[in-house]
Amino acid sequence: MPPQDHIIKPVLEVRNVTKFFGDLAALKEVSLSITCGEASLLYGPNGAGKTTLLRMLASLARPSSGELFFDGRNIERDGNGAKAAIGFVSHATFLYGELTVRENLKFFGSLFGLSHLEKRIDGALELFDMRSRDGVFARDLSRGLQQRASLARAFLHDPDFVILDEPFTGLDHQSVKKLEDLLLRLPEQGKALLFSTHDFEQGAAIAGRLIALKAGRVRYNGPLAAAPFANLGIVRANGRKSDE
Amino acid sequence: MSSLKIIWSILVKDLRVEWRNRETLASMCVFGLLIVFLFNFAFESAREETLRLLPAVLWVAIAFAGVLGFNRAFASERENACLEGMTLAPVDPSTIFVGKMLANLLFLGVAEVVMAFAAALWFNFSFLPALGPLLLIAFFGTLGYAALGTIFGAIAANTRMREVMLTVLQFPIAFWILMLSIDSTANAMRGGPNSDWFGGVARVAGISLVFTVASFLLFEYVLEE
Repeated sequence: MPPQDHIIKPVLEVRNVTKFFGDLAALKEVSLSITCGEASLLYGPNGAGKTTLLRMLASLARPSSGELFFDGRNIERDGNGAKAAIGFVSHATFLYGELTVRENLKFFGSLFGLSHLEKRIDGALELFDMRSRDGVFARDLSRGLQQRASLARAFLHDPDFVILDEPFTGLDHQSVKKLEDLLLRLPEQGKALLFSTHDFEQGAAIAGRLIALKAGRVRYNGPLAAAPFANLGIVRANGRKSDE
Repeated sequence: MSSLKIIWSILVKDLRVEWRNRETLASMCVFGLLIVFLFNFAFESAREETLRLLPAVLWVAIAFAGVLGFNRAFASERENACLEGMTLAPVDPSTIFVGKMLANLLFLGVAEVVMAFAAALWFNFSFLPALGPLLLIAFFGTLGYAALGTIFGAIAANTRMREVMLTVLQFPIAFWILMLSIDSTANAMRGGPNSDWFGGVARVAGISLVFTVASFLLFEYVLEE
């Protein structure tokens, strides 16, 4: 059996990607790669292109130019491998209001062709303390509970790449703590985590790598500890405080 | 096999959503019945007139009730970006299309049965002598119309004036299915030895299959931004 270091890990790669919305360039020649076993914080001011980049990695948006690869395969031509490996949480919950939390998870699990679905659903619900609310219609949940159900949906198929756009939105303190603990464990489990948050200190406590975006361009991509915070306009706070 | 399971999941999900809110089918039936009733009220129901008018009355009612249904079919998908959520899964977009289309076909089919029953009652006409050909025409005509409604419903779902857009986009193309369906229905209802009902069914089936296959193939481009 080869040593752990020699096992080829799947890579999600962005090569020279530019994305236009009309005349507005949301991303400009962005290149980066995400490898399993690392947690990366995507950080930048409003309009930096964070959501666009995350949506593109989740196959929800196409680049105007440039390419995205998963495991060496172009996502545009063969995106199903990437989709099966990615769990994505967005601003939208992707939940059907007329279905219960369990029915929502069952539906999305069936789309992924998951075996032992009920067991997986129980596990995902347990992970986000939603077992007691599995029979509640999604429309009747508060924003925070909807976010937890959405997170359960994203983790249902045990993805290797976890991509989260503002995952702490609407969560109470206890849920935030629980999610932080969960995210901290992902790299140890050999999974890749890429997430955005407006609270830099919160993100820095989880991520080992920083990808700083500004005006659609990557300003920094490397170890968080070595980031030139002053050049990036990031003011580190003692307490938890956003610099925006 | 897995595609069939996914199609089944989407169909069951749509039926469950409809069962819970009871909006689509109820509005389609009520609207369709209203149209049939208004036409019945407006025209004399002499038998010859009935034969001439009834096919058009029914297909106009089906067309407008269908638009209502197709709009509703994507309302639940639009909410919380659920259609996008489906595309996060490793599924072929065409399977999403088939699942949604089957749900539309089923809802419109149920509404058609209600409308046909009401039309038979109000227009004092029996469909039974030509039931076989009429069922085939209704099936193929509805299939093509539901296929167009599904793809244009998905396109219109992302536009601002979606209710108007669906009608504006769909009717110019659906016109061909509706026209052939009206003609074939009238032919089948007339009956008799000179009734070329088989040719009518074949024409409706042909054009419907062309539009269904085209919609099936083009749906993945609709799901893109």
